[in-house]
Amino acid sequence: MLFGRYVCACIAAIALYGARPFGFSYAQPAQTPAMSIAVGVLRTAHSKETISILEIPPDNDLLAGAELGLEDNKTTGKFINQKFTLKDRKLAEGEDAAEAVRNFASDGIHLIIADLPAAQLLAAADAGKATNTLLFNASAPDDRLREEDCRANVFHTAPTRSMLADGLAEYLIWKQWRRCFLVFGSHSEDALFADAIRRSAKKFGAKIVAERLYQDTGGGRRSDSGSVQTQRQMPVLTQNVPAYDVLVAADENDVFAGYLPYRTWDPRPVAGSGGLKPVSWDATHEQWGAAQLQNRFYRLFKRSMNARDNQAWMAMRVIGEAVTRTHSNDPAKLHEFLVGPDFSFAAFKGQRLTLRSWNLQVRQPILLGDGRSIVSVSPQEGFLHQTSELDTLGYDKPETKCVLR
Amino acid sequence: MRAALADGEDNPLMRRRLAQRRVSKHRNGIFWYILRDAPSALLRTMVVAGLVLVMQATTSTPALAYMAYVTNEKGNSISVIDLDKLEVVKTAKVGQRPRGIVLNKEGTQIFICAGDDDTINIVDAKTLQIIGDLPSGPDPELLILSPDGKLVYLSNENDNLVTMVDIDTRKVVGEIPVGVEPEGMALSPDGKILVNTSETTNMAHLIDPQKKEIIANILVGARPRFAQFTPDGSELWVSAEVGGTISVIDPAKHEVKQKIEFAIPGLPKEAIQPIGIRISRDGKTAFVALGPANRVAVIDTATKQVTKYLLVGQRVWQLAFTPDEKYLLSTNGVSNDVSVIDVAGLKVVKSIPVGSFPWGVAVSPR
Repeated sequence: MLFGRYVCACIAAIALYGARPFGFSYAQPAQTPAMSIAVGVLRTAHSKETISILEIPPDNDLLAGAELGLEDNKTTGKFINQKFTLKDRKLAEGEDAAEAVRNFASDGIHLIIADLPAAQLLAAADAGKATNTLLFNASAPDDRLREEDCRANVFHTAPTRSMLADGLAEYLIWKQWRRCFLVFGSHSEDALFADAIRRSAKKFGAKIVAERLYQDTGGGRRSDSGSVQTQRQMPVLTQNVPAYDVLVAADENDVFAGYLPYRTWDPRPVAGSGGLKPVSWDATHEQWGAAQLQNRFYRLFKRSMNARDNQAWMAMRVIGEAVTRTHSNDPAKLHEFLVGPDFSFAAFKGQRLTLRSWNLQVRQPILLGDGRSIVSVSPQEGFLHQTSELDTLGYDKPETKCVLR
Repeated sequence: MRAALADGEDNPLMRRRLAQRRVSKHRNGIFWYILRDAPSALLRTMVVAGLVLVMQATTSTPALAYMAYVTNEKGNSISVIDLDKLEVVKTAKVGQRPRGIVLNKEGTQIFICAGDDDTINIVDAKTLQIIGDLPSGPDPELLILSPDGKLVYLSNENDNLVTMVDIDTRKVVGEIPVGVEPEGMALSPDGKILVNTSETTNMAHLIDPQKKEIIANILVGARPRFAQFTPDGSELWVSAEVGGTISVIDPAKHEVKQKIEFAIPGLPKEAIQPIGIRISRDGKTAFVALGPANRVAVIDTATKQVTKYLLVGQRVWQLAFTPDEKYLLSTNGVSNDVSVIDVAGLKVVKSIPVGSFPWGVAVSPR
């Protein structure tokens, strides 16, 4: 009914401007001020040390995705008198995320798209509780943020490590590549991803026939003749292993996994952090209308959309969808709508995306890409589930440790 | 061969069958008698010629058969289906990524959105040659013709525009800014309301085609794909691919008066993705293509209840009636075929293999 009023207002506006060509700016009804929706983006820097120069995070990493989502929301908003704005805040090393949340709140911003490591995200979430702030985690893949450390005011558009590992494992099983050789890095994130891979192997009946640690000894990724060394190092790392079908690497800091394809001792495919990667998004994804999103992104930013960009775009669209459907900018009302049964949104993944109400994680297909094209999309055919096949990916409701508060 | 026959003739059962066949041949009448036993070659020829004439007279419909034109999104081609034979009779190359397709009233020209060529191909329905292009703006997807057949209204996915093109002058005569990723296009039966749906804005935009202005913006389900008026113009149906619903809009009041949902036992909700809609001329029955649910829903328009789900090919996309409404055709992208639905019997009677990734379909008026 509220919406009916907007429509009437629109007609009135058109009538007022009569002969002038229709433009969005004319659609603003004079009698009711536009509802404003301010969204903050809270970011930290990501390491520029990557194996491939194609993957060096740009300065507007993640932010660009939020900005495109803002453009999309603005277009909708113009038709129904809603005004979306964005404020970017990039934390320097050691700066306090909780303080930034409080500053946002004092500027009237209670919706924040977060690009923060787990510990900082939790600090921000707890500060946000006092300021009535909703956070949208668009980068941290940590399962604990959706399990034992879940928060009632944090939504997650980034997939978890368990979702990514399950997405990959389903495909490996479908391919009958059941014998895995796990190589993991020496960083704490690598241990978590390796755990997720072990869990997936057990869940879907793959077998990890051998494990090996790759110690990060520091140093830069690029040098003028780096390939000479890696060509000798990677075979050594991967020799004398029991027979296996596929090497799965856990290397979130991009220390070695990118060097593995074509360099393993045995000629075997590589997956995980190198080779065939499970991701929420890739610059090569074009199915289900995704080419349109890629084109819009490229037109605005003259670069490709990466997974974090897309996760931020999704967060912005989740906010936009909630605002449009509820005609409200009240975080409590938006929260109520998002956890309710009517919420779903479109994200170019071939099906509607919804929310796991028990831990506020966005259900989503996992793309498997090698950086040149999308090889497959999980869930794979035949992996069934009683409520949603997307819930074959990651921790499911019966096993969750999350108690939202 | 001879040995086999000989064996057969030794077999009493076979002998009886052969005898029966000889009898039945004689029963077939005078034509067969003359054909086999007539004394002169001239007489035989005359009889054959007569037969051919008779056959032509009784099966003279091929020349007047309805033809269906199917765009093959990945095949960069159109498949032409003869709807009497229910088979593909021709395939013709068109522009890249052909999707939306319409015929002019006379059925002489086909207009095809060639998305990757950023153009509209005009194809001669007889020769299947491209005889011209219309400027479309980038990535045209769906199009309709104005009631007088002079204008093409089309949606530009990349530009957030509805574009109007004059067919004669081949010039853009109007552009209307709409929501993000415009797609579905429809025109009210009286020609006064042009409708566009925008996939990411999730709206149906009601446009005055004369003034080239938006009349109303109506929020519908997520990723609205297709719009269709009921024949009396009292309702506007909009499908939401991701929302999984049909919004039934009152076009006079500018509001959604009802939402139709779907449920198919054994299928997850996510797999039900309504796309193409067609409503019978009497306005009583609606058909909705459900995408990867591989089914076409049959809806009673009075009660808005789904009365049946018809199993068709994989990823069913667009639909088209034959002008006599005997058949409804569905394009099935993943299984590369077209399902033929018997409208009266509500049964799928045939699958016709076509090109790669069939997307749109239009049927000639004659």
